[in-house]
Amino acid sequence: MSLEIFIPRDSGALAVGADAVAAALTAHAVRLGLDLRLTRTGSRGMYWLEPLVEMATPAGRLGFGPVGLADVPALLAALIAAPEAHPLCLGPTERIGFFARQQRLTFARCGITDPLSLADYRSHGGYVGLQRALSTGPAGTVEEVTRSGLRGRGGAGFPTGIKWQTVARAAGPVKYIVCNADEGDSGTFADRMIMEGDPFVLIEGMTIAGFATGATHGYIYIRSEYPHAIAVMREAIAIARREGLLGADCLAGGFAFDMEVRVGAGAYVCGEETALLDSLEGRRGMVRAKPPLPALEGLFGKPTVVNNVISLASVPWIMSQGGAAYRDFGMGRSRGTMPVQLAGNIRHGGLFETAFGVTLGALVEEIGGGTASGRAVRAVQVGGPLGAYFPPALFDTPFDYEAFAARDGLIGHGGVVVFDDSVDMAQQARFAMQFCAHESCGKCTPCRIGSTRGAEVLERVMRGEDVAANLALVEDLCMTMKFGSLCALGGFTPYPVLSALTHFRADFTARDISLAAAE
Amino acid sequence: MNWNKEAAAAIIAAHADMPGATLPVLNALQSAFGYVPDEAIAMVAQALNLSRAEVHGVVSFYHDYRSAPPGRHILQVCGAEACQAMGGEALAERLRARVGIAWGETAADGSVTLERVYCLGLCACAPALLRDGAPEGRLNAARVDTILNDTVR
Repeated sequence: MSLEIFIPRDSGALAVGADAVAAALTAHAVRLGLDLRLTRTGSRGMYWLEPLVEMATPAGRLGFGPVGLADVPALLAALIAAPEAHPLCLGPTERIGFFARQQRLTFARCGITDPLSLADYRSHGGYVGLQRALSTGPAGTVEEVTRSGLRGRGGAGFPTGIKWQTVARAAGPVKYIVCNADEGDSGTFADRMIMEGDPFVLIEGMTIAGFATGATHGYIYIRSEYPHAIAVMREAIAIARREGLLGADCLAGGFAFDMEVRVGAGAYVCGEETALLDSLEGRRGMVRAKPPLPALEGLFGKPTVVNNVISLASVPWIMSQGGAAYRDFGMGRSRGTMPVQLAGNIRHGGLFETAFGVTLGALVEEIGGGTASGRAVRAVQVGGPLGAYFPPALFDTPFDYEAFAARDGLIGHGGVVVFDDSVDMAQQARFAMQFCAHESCGKCTPCRIGSTRGAEVLERVMRGEDVAANLALVEDLCMTMKFGSLCALGGFTPYPVLSALTHFRADFTARDISLAAAE
Repeated sequence: MNWNKEAAAAIIAAHADMPGATLPVLNALQSAFGYVPDEAIAMVAQALNLSRAEVHGVVSFYHDYRSAPPGRHILQVCGAEACQAMGGEALAERLRARVGIAWGETAADGSVTLERVYCLGLCACAPALLRDGAPEGRLNAARVDTILNDTVR
């Protein structure tokens, strides 16, 4: 009897014991004399079901999860005899509601293939996009990406095609593609998942970017907190180089492109593109004033495309299926799909790739299943530590760059962190200021000094001192930071602070000592 | 590995020719020795044709670089919002109090160094930490105690 089994090697699965489960399954199979073929895949992104064990059947993969170490002997017995009768059987994985409702374009292979198998990558549509780019030519490739409506998935939402166009038109023999994999926003893990689960799609996307713009060298700047992603990307690059997909003659298409991984050192601000460039150049990660745009004077002063992991990883699909097909997904000026990441206190946490336009409420309540604690949802922070806190009253907001901006929020990199009703929003507002103070590069005053003073004033509010006057001071300070900071760190820290104040004011005012004394 | 000037010189030489070599050199030194000693700063400056002040500026800017050798184990505990939403702060405090040192410090017996990090990308299995680079998620009090017992002994 032979069994074909799949278990993720994604660090989110490893964090809940996937390696131990894989080892135990293999050992038990040996003891029973079974022929068990185990493939380690990326994650499907349904983290509440991890470790997820899948078995190949003629009708597709059957899922089991979450599998604990103690479940292994009985599970293996069931896999041989009556898999669907096992209590952890989830049915066909792709029919699980959370998965079936998605539109997986960028993450089409993630969780299915062996991340480091080039054969798997090719047999699932890999390198069709680059092939098509080669036949379309550099200008046609830029046009196709422009037509797709793809906007920067790192958070800024700048049209990718226009950025590429600028670099393509810039003069000079030396240009760079820089992939921003400094995914520091809490609640986000899409970059990590794709790098660990489908690294070749990023390599292909960067290669297409190089071909389209005339850049010959790429850097992937990965944060040090992602040791597994770093290892997988390095291995994948070595494989691609060995197979002639990187190097002097990529895909035998007559153009040169190579790339390497660079590792950060724990500075959140290096996720800001100009700070990232300074860091790559070997300096403190200090934000640069713009202009000059990195597209014209970027890394080492050369024209540089700086794109987020997901932006680049979406390009192979766009090139193989066409920009118009990508553009057909989404709403308004937000075209295509977004890998929304559901995190924090949520029952069904994970990655949900969907066309823009789904409402925040649908994501949190229907897809995410509400809180993990079973208590009421009180606040949802969208877009990382610089994103606004939304109350359930704003759950009708569609996932769309402009719709969130219209409500003083941002979608950022697509992270959604859910809090239940035990959250103290004054504490969250203070944390936003403290985090900004901790991570500020120090170049501009509103961010460097403002964040420290902001945390101090909120501290006073939390002690109940002169609450009304101190809150007015915080609001005024937020305006200074918002309009006076050089980059999004200082400029957007007011979002979580002001949204907490606007939507959850009682958490601040209830602390007023003078009010308590008057009662 | 213990600090060793010859080994450090070899590590620096192996990376010095990369464009923008400072971080790759410092990362390699820290991964070999667990920290970046003052003595290394002068060596890096010399090799990269930078001033010691410039290298010190880089080392002190990035949160990762340690100025003293870490313990035998390193626990990097996430303190970001997704972990906060799942009770991560109380667990982190439990862990810190049981070791009895402040964040960033190493236990007197050299067993463990405790560090705060902000997001490990394990936000859908929060709260989370890295133990010597290996991820641990869905932490609860019992799990934290087990990790500590395995780490501090």
